[in-house]
Amino acid sequence: MKLLAVLAAALLLAAPAAASEQHPTLLELENQIMCPVCAGETLAQSDSPAAAQVKRYIQRRIAAGDTRSQIKRELVAQYGTRILAAPPRHGFDLLAWVLPLVLILGGAAGMGLLAWRWTRGRDEPRPPESPERPLDPELEARVDEELWRLDG
Amino acid sequence: MSARLKLGAQGLAVLLVAGLLALLIWKVTHGNGGGVAAKVDKGKTAAAPNFTLSRLDRPGHLQLDSLRGKAVVLNFWASWCYPCNKEAPALERAWRGGDGRVVVLGVDVNDLSGDARKFMREHGVTYPIVHDGHNVTSGKYGLTGLPETFFVDPGGRVVAHVAGQVTASQLRSGIDKARQA
Repeated sequence: MKLLAVLAAALLLAAPAAASEQHPTLLELENQIMCPVCAGETLAQSDSPAAAQVKRYIQRRIAAGDTRSQIKRELVAQYGTRILAAPPRHGFDLLAWVLPLVLILGGAAGMGLLAWRWTRGRDEPRPPESPERPLDPELEARVDEELWRLDG
Repeated sequence: MSARLKLGAQGLAVLLVAGLLALLIWKVTHGNGGGVAAKVDKGKTAAAPNFTLSRLDRPGHLQLDSLRGKAVVLNFWASWCYPCNKEAPALERAWRGGDGRVVVLGVDVNDLSGDARKFMREHGVTYPIVHDGHNVTSGKYGLTGLPETFFVDPGGRVVAHVAGQVTASQLRSGIDKARQA
């Protein structure tokens, strides 16, 4: 029963994804493609002539029946992978996806190790304190004398 | 924390800082010719960064260094750029008026090759055009916008630079300067 529910949910999610791949919209691609001349702006965020040119190109490709992957491939061929808002998940670009995960996991492991070492250090029994050294008899006599004087 | 672990962490931190410093120094010293435009604007000359790009006017590639021995008018443009449309006729006239010792070379940057070819047809461009869709040249030349025109002497040094739409008189004086150098 549970398996059927999971399969149904997967099918429900997969259907829109497949539709978006086969029949992409400009609205959707505008957020996945960068403006080629603007620093850190997607097509949706830019009004530059260069961004307008790419938007027109996407519209033409959509009208011609290209899929989302085809349009992205054509744009990458023209501008390189810098045109994609998210780096591809293969080759050298895969590092952009993997490295943050490795850093987060490595950082968490490092913090955990440090925390473990600190708490272990606290629980360790302290070395016994050194026993008091007896006072020198002469000094003790002087202290007694001084105290007697003060009291007197 | 044990002394060994502490020493290791400190060593790692020092290495990281040293690495970042080395990266900064490398970036500054090998800084992809970002100063070409700035240098030339200050009255100095700079070696023209070489490139090999695919041609739009015909099949094949063109290497800038293959034009050594000729004065080169290196014009960076894109079809979506309005001033590029305005300056194209002056560039074409300079190309046609050359005596074989001057080459006008267009570098189409941040542009779709289909739109660039349409631009070339519409403006009757006959000078060689290369396509730099991956934007490898603009950093090397220190472009701050489009269009920009550089004048390269026969020895491969940039002797003059015009940012923005280039006029016929600027083309004449730039070409003269490149040929005299």
